Amino acid sequence: MKTGLIVNNVSVTYRNGFNALQNASFKLPIGSITALVGINGSGKSTLFKSIMGFVTLSQGNVEILGYPVKQALKKNLVAYVPQSEDIDWNFPILVEDVIMMGRYGHMNFLRRSNKKDHQMVELALQRVNMQDYRKRQIGELSGGQKKRIFLARALAQDSEVILLDEPFTGVDVQTEDQIMALLRELRDEGKVILVSTHNLGSVPEFCDRTVLINRTILAAGETKTVFTQDNLQQAFGGVLRHFVLAGDTLHEDDDTRQVTLLSDHERPVVLYGNEKAETITQAGSL
Amino acid sequence: MLALFELLSEPFYFGFMQQAFIIVLLLAIPSALLSCFLVLKGWSLMGDAISHSVLPGIVIAYLLAIPYAIGAFVAGISCAIATGYIKENSRLKEDTVMGIVFSSMFALGLVLMTKIESDVHLDQILFGDLLGSSGQDIIEVAGISLLVVLFMVCKGKDLLLFVFDKQHAQAIGLPVRFLHYALLSILSLTIVFSLKAVGMILVIALLIAPGSIAFLLCNSFANMLKVAVLVSCSCSFLGVYISFYLDSAPAPTIIMLMSLLFIITFIQTTQRAKSINLDVPDTQ
Repeated sequence: MKTGLIVNNVSVTYRNGFNALQNASFKLPIGSITALVGINGSGKSTLFKSIMGFVTLSQGNVEILGYPVKQALKKNLVAYVPQSEDIDWNFPILVEDVIMMGRYGHMNFLRRSNKKDHQMVELALQRVNMQDYRKRQIGELSGGQKKRIFLARALAQDSEVILLDEPFTGVDVQTEDQIMALLRELRDEGKVILVSTHNLGSVPEFCDRTVLINRTILAAGETKTVFTQDNLQQAFGGVLRHFVLAGDTLHEDDDTRQVTLLSDHERPVVLYGNEKAETITQAGSL
Repeated sequence: MLALFELLSEPFYFGFMQQAFIIVLLLAIPSALLSCFLVLKGWSLMGDAISHSVLPGIVIAYLLAIPYAIGAFVAGISCAIATGYIKENSRLKEDTVMGIVFSSMFALGLVLMTKIESDVHLDQILFGDLLGSSGQDIIEVAGISLLVVLFMVCKGKDLLLFVFDKQHAQAIGLPVRFLHYALLSILSLTIVFSLKAVGMILVIALLIAPGSIAFLLCNSFANMLKVAVLVSCSCSFLGVYISFYLDSAPAPTIIMLMSLLFIITFIQTTQRAKSINLDVPDTQ
């Protein structure tokens, strides 16, 4: 496994004394999509911030394609797709201008765009299917389109590591599928993709790997080994919606298998099998 | 016909009027460029705060016998830095902190002024002396104007990215701290060097009004810059011109023109938004 991103024993303590993250360690290989899953306040944003060097680490270090963070940023290796709430949508800026911002790191100090820059912007617009909107002011777009232009900016940037902060919140199913298809393409091109998400249902579907976080890393590795009911319940504690559809509510024979639904506040994850039969009595919210 | 032409061109015959025209136009350009960034960054009142805060700096500079511009610049920047520091380390919002810092500094300046007889008078700081400006003033304002325009040409795009999406700016390795303080410094410099010529009240207006009018009108940042400069220059020019016939002070006349333009723009843009909403009622 060629390693793309190494988070090594990272701890972050904010100035007010809050330990946002403690002894976090995991590795992500090149050409992978990883879901970063955890409740609000579990340190997902802090982890993103430490990968991008926005916060001072009280301990540990982050390595991106073998470079320390600062050098990696200078080399334009990291792209960040922000949450929609972090953007001022009234800002007088056109779609194509936003995407061109992805190219700034490749330009000279006057930020004059050349032919290659325009080609990359064009290509990025095509890949997210937004060519017709290039001259729109960003506030005129729908929720899904807003996500797509910032994804396009990451594409134009042509970086090796892409961090996406909640890309599926407030997005319709069609856009979600488009984004996932695009992320799969990027994975196949050898990018390292880390996606923070509440959307548990889509994790097993399209993330090769999962990192479960709650102020520290609870589990990290391939989705099929990490994304288990036990681990999820540990990560989410009582805040996860949990439904069990077991034997007698499901069918009338004496089959003891049960369907388990776990949901944060978006698509639920559906588990089916014999294990954890004792949770039947707690059907409803955990 | 000739008589009418003579009447209309009368303001241009006087040396003091010519100087006033030159100074306001020189100042209108950098302040318009800056105002676009300030309005978008949410720093509109920063100009207000810094221009009030320079007062103690001017008095202390006189006391230490150093050029007043140095004292004023240091005081202006201290205000911005103190605001940032207190905001980071308290629960207060930025506007509150800014209000506390600049009113304290302005008051300090006023108190110092009563004890120290300096060569700068409060009236001059507040209202400027546009019609009594000297060649020296023109050179200073031209210098600062050139500096701001050069800075915008070189770093304007970085600044825009810093204002629009600081996280991305940081992620691609831009020096965001440098940009933050560069913007504050260049703002302070503009204020310091224009204060004596045009006065605090006009500087504050020039640093907010053109950007806000352009913001209402424009979809893209490039257009916003152009409209702001156009608004700023035309109002400044017309303001000085009209003030000659009204026999009013130029600075408030310029501000009144910009206010008028703002009101017209506001009404026009809200009407347009309404009519668009009526045309297509179903576009959520």
